[in-house]
Amino acid sequence: MSGTLRPDLELIAQLIPQDSRVLDLGCGDGELLRLLMRKGCTGTGVEIEPAPLVEALRAGVNVIDLDLNTELGEFADDSYDVVVLSRTLQNVHKPREVLEQISRIAVHCVVSMPNFAHWTSRARLLTGWMPMSKDLPYPWYDTPNLHYTSLKDLEPLFKSLNLRIDRCIPLNARGGAHVAGNVAANLFASSAVYLLHATR
Amino acid sequence: MHHNGAVGARRDDDREFTVTETVRLFDAENPLELRSGASLKEVDVAYETWGSLNNDRSNAVFICHALTGDAHAAGWRKGAKRAGWWDTLIGPGKPVDTTKWFVVCANLLGGCRGTTGPSSVNPASGEPYGLDFPLLDMSDFVTVHRALGHHLGVDRWAVLIGGSLGGMQVLQWTLDHPEDADNAIVLAGSSRLTAQNIAFSAVGRQAIMRDSGFRGGRFLSEGTSPKKGLAVARMMAHITYLSEEAFSEKFGRAAQSGELTPNFGVDFAVESYLNHQGEAFQSRFDALSYLYLTRVMDYFDPFAAPDALKALASNAVKFLVMSFDSDWRFSTEHSRRIVRHLEGARVPTSFREIRSPWGHDSFLLSIPDYHDTITAFLARAADEMGQR
Repeated sequence: MSGTLRPDLELIAQLIPQDSRVLDLGCGDGELLRLLMRKGCTGTGVEIEPAPLVEALRAGVNVIDLDLNTELGEFADDSYDVVVLSRTLQNVHKPREVLEQISRIAVHCVVSMPNFAHWTSRARLLTGWMPMSKDLPYPWYDTPNLHYTSLKDLEPLFKSLNLRIDRCIPLNARGGAHVAGNVAANLFASSAVYLLHATR
Repeated sequence: MHHNGAVGARRDDDREFTVTETVRLFDAENPLELRSGASLKEVDVAYETWGSLNNDRSNAVFICHALTGDAHAAGWRKGAKRAGWWDTLIGPGKPVDTTKWFVVCANLLGGCRGTTGPSSVNPASGEPYGLDFPLLDMSDFVTVHRALGHHLGVDRWAVLIGGSLGGMQVLQWTLDHPEDADNAIVLAGSSRLTAQNIAFSAVGRQAIMRDSGFRGGRFLSEGTSPKKGLAVARMMAHITYLSEEAFSEKFGRAAQSGELTPNFGVDFAVESYLNHQGEAFQSRFDALSYLYLTRVMDYFDPFAAPDALKALASNAVKFLVMSFDSDWRFSTEHSRRIVRHLEGARVPTSFREIRSPWGHDSFLLSIPDYHDTITAFLARAADEMGQR
């Protein structure tokens, strides 16, 4: 994912208050944390891929090499203000366990997910082919995405984990806020950013 | 130290050779006060430097060496058969680039490579100290390193770097005096030895102390030497420095010469290698230093104090912690523990586990992923040089 411009990161950065302590899971080359550092935030990135990890380090981001699936226990309870999981939840083995860990590490979290139920995906599925799009660019046999969800399907999961949705921002395929807003987001949004709040 | 990978070409005669300097940093007027309350009235320190200190003294890097290292970390001494023990890492154009950084490495207190240790002469008796030398603490090494910094005109280091016991010194230094450093690199280190680690240390010490030549530590005065014990200690320790895979790769079950014929001699190539390690060690290392330095490691537990991280948390040093996945002496879990404490105290901390089949000694080798990570961290340190 490194190297490509990620407009959704700009939007995520806007959701995070100044001077927050942020843990960015799957931080890539540290683009989001660098954006956030400019507004007084501090924090840590987590990255397991060697090349982006070294790029993040070089760029001045603190980055820790660990496996989100098994090693989030390394972070203490409430050790961050905000945890960001941007376009990563679909890559983990057990999304529910990862969300549980996140809500233990910080009260607030920002989760972004590609929408499998976007109308183009639905249309492609109707033709008999598995969906592929800018947000879901991989063929089924060679994808880091282990889980596919619609935006509709995400919300009961959040609810079951006592994660309250403070905001949901549907995004278009370019990663900007979708002009249609929340109207029929499940049909028209290519992905969405959720600002969640652990009620515990 | 041990195998340094491929040893490069010898330097030409017109090239520069490194020289070890020695300076008396503590004397009767200004004795070294140790953590234990004891004091030393004469402390000499052997050190080497590479590169040059810039005008605002912001480019200094201190290298803390491991258990059996010395001040000669890099470059060539005149007539030497091999380069310094960390020549893979330190030198012109290398990850610790001596055209940019002013690099210092000193033999540590209690050592036997030019710095005062238990085999030095006790000025009170005119005889070698032996076991009269006071027991040491990790913080005593730091006190002496800092004194050397003051002597060289450096009271703030851009980067402190150490592997294994060297990493432990870096950790102690930054916990006690975070104002001394901007960045710290802890490689294949530990913040607390496990029972297994201590067990290996104990057997090494027992091999030395049970050698009839040990004479209660007075062997220098009595003209004997526990060299058999020291060699066995080294042979055993060396097994822990490599992985099982590294031993298989290097030796397999190869015969030392011709065909295997069962005997109690040096049948297998690996036995010959260990013998060689033991023999070579006797000529360059002192049994008393081995006892004193391993004991310091056994007791090292800097996060045990409840306010251990107080100073560092309010005067943050940027850390890079690294481990090697085949290291079973100080496994990745040792480094993770350091990271948990640092990151948990909000100290800016980066961590990477490097894939390497070579075990603990990986930190001495040229492994691209490892060196790239150090290079990236030091490039950022150079960007931020003198800013704090």
